[in-house]
Amino acid sequence: MAGTKTGTKNVLHMVRRSDMNRGKALVIRLIAVLLSLSVCALVIVAITGENPLSVYSGIAAGAVGTSRRVWVTIREIAVLLIIAVGLTPAFRMRFWNLGAEGQILIGGAATAAVMIYLGPVFQDWLLFIIILAVSMAAGMLWGLLPAVFKAYFNTNETLFTLMMNYVAMQIVTFFVVLWEKPKGSNTVGVINQTGKEGWFPQIAGQQYLVNVILVTVVTILVFVYMKYSKQGYELSVVGESYDTARYAGIDVKHVIIRTMLISSAVCGLAGAIIVAGASHTISTSTAGGRGFTAVIVAWLAQFHPVAMIATSGILVFMQQGAIQIATQYGLNENASDIITGIILFFLVGAEFFIRYRLELTKVETGSAVGENK
Amino acid sequence: MKRKLLSLSMALAMTASLLAGCRSSADQGSAAASTQAPAADTAATEAATEAATETAGSGIAKEDLKVGVIYIGDENEGYTAAHMDGIKQMKESLGLSDDQVIEKTNIPEDESCYDAAADLAEQGCQIVFANSFGHETYMLQAAADYPDVQFCHATGYQAKSSGLANMHNYFTSVYESRYVSGVVAGLKLNEMIDDGTVKKEDCKIGYVGAFPYAEVISGFTSFFLGVRSVCPDATMEVRYTNSWADMSAENEMAKSLIADGCVLISQHADTTGAPTACEAAKVPCVGYNVDMTTVAPDAALTSASISWGPYYTYAVQSLLDGTPIDTDWCQGYADGADKITPINEKVCAEGTQEKVDEVESAIKDGSLHVFDTSTFTIGGKSLDDLIAEGGDYAKYADSTKDGYYHESDTTLNGSAPSFDILIDGITSITE
Repeated sequence: MAGTKTGTKNVLHMVRRSDMNRGKALVIRLIAVLLSLSVCALVIVAITGENPLSVYSGIAAGAVGTSRRVWVTIREIAVLLIIAVGLTPAFRMRFWNLGAEGQILIGGAATAAVMIYLGPVFQDWLLFIIILAVSMAAGMLWGLLPAVFKAYFNTNETLFTLMMNYVAMQIVTFFVVLWEKPKGSNTVGVINQTGKEGWFPQIAGQQYLVNVILVTVVTILVFVYMKYSKQGYELSVVGESYDTARYAGIDVKHVIIRTMLISSAVCGLAGAIIVAGASHTISTSTAGGRGFTAVIVAWLAQFHPVAMIATSGILVFMQQGAIQIATQYGLNENASDIITGIILFFLVGAEFFIRYRLELTKVETGSAVGENK
Repeated sequence: MKRKLLSLSMALAMTASLLAGCRSSADQGSAAASTQAPAADTAATEAATEAATETAGSGIAKEDLKVGVIYIGDENEGYTAAHMDGIKQMKESLGLSDDQVIEKTNIPEDESCYDAAADLAEQGCQIVFANSFGHETYMLQAAADYPDVQFCHATGYQAKSSGLANMHNYFTSVYESRYVSGVVAGLKLNEMIDDGTVKKEDCKIGYVGAFPYAEVISGFTSFFLGVRSVCPDATMEVRYTNSWADMSAENEMAKSLIADGCVLISQHADTTGAPTACEAAKVPCVGYNVDMTTVAPDAALTSASISWGPYYTYAVQSLLDGTPIDTDWCQGYADGADKITPINEKVCAEGTQEKVDEVESAIKDGSLHVFDTSTFTIGGKSLDDLIAEGGDYAKYADSTKDGYYHESDTTLNGSAPSFDILIDGITSITE
């Protein structure tokens, strides 16, 4: 329609940022955390009428208030971290491994089996090595299937790995029924409670130090592998594009299977750390959703190891603090879920502002309408 | 702008104090860790000296007392709600203040239970309770690590065999409550038969069970024996949800039992899932733990229930007096530890209250035994005959005498239910 009155209006534009550096990104993230905490404070006051500062200090006390709590928090961070580390190679290759949950469970079940059947037979140091080997092998088996199908038949790995979780859960259910005590109660209880056969040894009186050492070693190994090895380079090329990888002479099938084996072996090892290093039991909730939480951890940290410690730290801190505020204020754990959700919302939102800038531009409306006509 | 500034400064102040809080507590944490003398040890030695003085003198002074409780659920889940009531009763009757009782809710049956128990011990609790079956091994672990703190575990069975002096089990004779609630259900069935809504031969009850082991089997058997004491034609079908508290599974299970021809529903699972389904289908039901009339005003008859107050009061009072706590504790109807919730006049058959009073007094004076071996058969044979034949049933010999099975007798088989035989008239899909 010609002859419409022309005018201007303001339009918001997303503009990709080119001026972003590490320092600036860090400032933006920090602002996001501050904003999220103030929003949380408002929510806390609105819902509970409690002083947000005292709720926050309750959370802090619950997570790091005593040396025991510090160790429990460290233990949980270590578990979340190693799963996130395990996911990293696969995700770098853009192989969406959503099967960590199942790989942990099957690694955990293998560990429990070793503790139950071989516990009385072998010495502790030998058991330790067997547990590490068997749990990684079990995890690998769980990763091998979807990897082979992806490599040779190009099946959708997201669905495949997800479904493998349910298979693992059923297998664990079977073993729980086999090992439960008493029959029908659905609880295996603490395995080898008296002799502690197969339990990770204490170092310097600390029960969870072995877990921390294992996780640290694996984290360093995986990142050296990713950053400095030829294989690490290959898998990131495969992640960029199969065609490029083929053009460069990389055997794509081989890389997919190899990478997924590494990823799932680490997740299987996480199962061993949970079962032999912390809970000393097995149940269908042994993984407890951590296979999925670790995806968030890894993504938020953009696969950077130090950042992963920070992101898993925040999540575990909130989760451990939740138990304390539940006790102190009668808030149940949903309260801490809300707080965690708000913090994640702001952190994810911050990533947008790190990559893009919003610009207000003036657009002439009249001519635009005319052109469309 | 002003407001923005204000909120920003507020946020800053908050974060600053938060960080400060973190730092100081983290420092404490690392300091404790770096001395390589874990707080556990110091706490233990402190407690040890305390215990030494305790044995020398009398009990713990009331103002020094601290009680820790670990719950599988929270106030939204009937079983835990009943325990919370018991703790409240104990607190009131002993005159403890709020900060002397530390309650941890929603603690799953894994290492979190050990974490919670150890944490409570280090907070200075002299006694720690846990209420779920799967908590037991973690409580044992904590009891071994903190020998001067008393650990009491409900529904468990390992205290006696553990050899730990500070580990205790407790339960109540809930089979008595279940029997009485069964009588209420049986009278309702009779009414339905009399007014022609149900035929005698179709008189089948559905039972939503949690797990197929002794605690649940003993429970539904005593319920069924209560039903049959007034309605001999009744049969029962049991199905399991494999979870203690799964609202939707219990609801689905009740629906499928009703679809399968069950005319009355009972449950040994902890949520209101089954009564909700019964209310919708207008099928009468018997609940567990708490009064179900809030969700099923036109379906709920009554609920088999436990009063935990007597035990909590007894155990904590023992600490105050400096007397030992029973390794295994079990009381029943006669001691006020078991009851049924008030019967729902709107749904229950006429004359129910009178019959209930009669049965209750018979249980209290010991003239009625729930597991009377003359009232049930297994494969057509009586339990006495099967025991005489030996084989698989020989293990019940010690607990079966004077014409009845001695359930939850702490001198014979422990407070935890032990009757795990499927009797005639009950079908269970796992068998």
